[in-house]
Amino acid sequence: MSETRFSKDHEWVRLEGDIATVGITRHAAEQLGDVVFVELPEVGRNLTAHGEAAVVESVKAASDVFAPVGGKVQEINGALTDDPAGVNADPEGAGWFFKLKIADRSEFEGLMRQGDYDAFVKEA
Amino acid sequence: MEATSTLKRTPLYDLHVELGGKMVEFAGYALAVYYPGGIMKEHLHTRAAAGLFDVSHMGQRQLVGPDHATTAKALEALTPGDIVGLGAGRMRYTMLLNPDGGMVDDLMVTRTAEDGRLGLVFNGARKMVDDAYVRARLPRAVELLPFEDRALLALQGPKAAAALGRHCPQAEALSFMTASSASFDGIACHISRSGYTGEDGFEISVHAAEAQRVARALLAEPEVLPIGLGARDSLRLEAGLCLYGHDIDETTSPVEANLVWTIAKRRKIDRDFPAAPKIMGQLFDGAPRRRVGLRLSGRAPAREGADIASRDGQIVGRVTSGGFSPSLNAPIAMGYVPPAFAEDGCELDIMVRGKALAAQVAALPFVPNRYKR
Repeated sequence: MSETRFSKDHEWVRLEGDIATVGITRHAAEQLGDVVFVELPEVGRNLTAHGEAAVVESVKAASDVFAPVGGKVQEINGALTDDPAGVNADPEGAGWFFKLKIADRSEFEGLMRQGDYDAFVKEA
Repeated sequence: MEATSTLKRTPLYDLHVELGGKMVEFAGYALAVYYPGGIMKEHLHTRAAAGLFDVSHMGQRQLVGPDHATTAKALEALTPGDIVGLGAGRMRYTMLLNPDGGMVDDLMVTRTAEDGRLGLVFNGARKMVDDAYVRARLPRAVELLPFEDRALLALQGPKAAAALGRHCPQAEALSFMTASSASFDGIACHISRSGYTGEDGFEISVHAAEAQRVARALLAEPEVLPIGLGARDSLRLEAGLCLYGHDIDETTSPVEANLVWTIAKRRKIDRDFPAAPKIMGQLFDGAPRRRVGLRLSGRAPAREGADIASRDGQIVGRVTSGGFSPSLNAPIAMGYVPPAFAEDGCELDIMVRGKALAAQVAALPFVPNRYKR
């Protein structure tokens, strides 16, 4: 069983057991435009919730990606290093950024569900 | 988007919105940064076919005096270019210099068919500053007039001539940096063979009321897509062209900015332009810094403001424009470094998020110009 939640910074988190897969939402990818470079955190690094975790660069600008939940980086999506456009192609699937072993499940529980996130995007 | 409702609109505002343009503020105007295709596609399309740009925010002006010599001399007092020697129907890129040799703005000057009348195009964000600067320094016989109820469109790319030629056959006869009055499907306009992308192309000045008709007719041509500010910036960076307020400003001299070619031979002999002693000194002895092109070896772009370091870790300069080159599929930048680091091939580092990214000084333009001379 997995469940997906969303942050106000437009990241998504899919939780399976205590492993959280993190990426940026379709809305975020559309706003960024063509992604040309992704800087991912090192495996083993401890990320804190809302702390800087990664950087995405479009033709025009650099944007920070924050960790929606805290935890230790288990794996990164190396495919994005060679093919950053994968973020635009499938942001909420094959374009995932990193996987974390979460420390505090309540951080996940505090994030938005799909319906709330969709409403949040519509309002913004 | 929330703030764009209070911004000035160009005559093509409704068309940008209709085309799905993402509207942003630029020089006080609401303009499209890109359309649904995105910056990458727009950029590559302009290099391969033709792109239509709305540059109506730029300051179209006319400098009017009793005869060419009087008007041209009035402008020469503020610029290092040869304006007196400009033939009718010819254009020149030049800059307004301040008394310290810095640039108030860079601009295009066209000698129109009417004696004593020069067409000027200022940068959108500088046009008010320029108006005041120029007016305060004009002789009584010469006047700077707005030419404002007009749109300015740029059609750029290798297929621009074919697309424009179907509506304005006489445009194809123009060569690079020449201009003429023309008829576009019966609409009176001024057309020049010029632009700021490094490609062959045209700029079309037309009355605001007719601008949509011209734009829609061009967009209906199979070669033409609308192009936003994002691709306009990446195209001019690949072409090694300066963006005012970023690569050049009131503190940069033409020698530092690597724009020595804009200083006319006659003006060098006469030494009669603003800050001539200082600028001539830099020409002979070198300037303390020089604008260079930079190629990065990785994929991470370096942006404006990033420090440039020598290989032994000394900060020696700063990036003034930087981004990702869609044509080269690699990051490129421009910046200022001391002459000792300005030779092509010089190995440098650019500091991005605390990391040193390897870079090399590269010849400009990054992508060869394809002007129709």
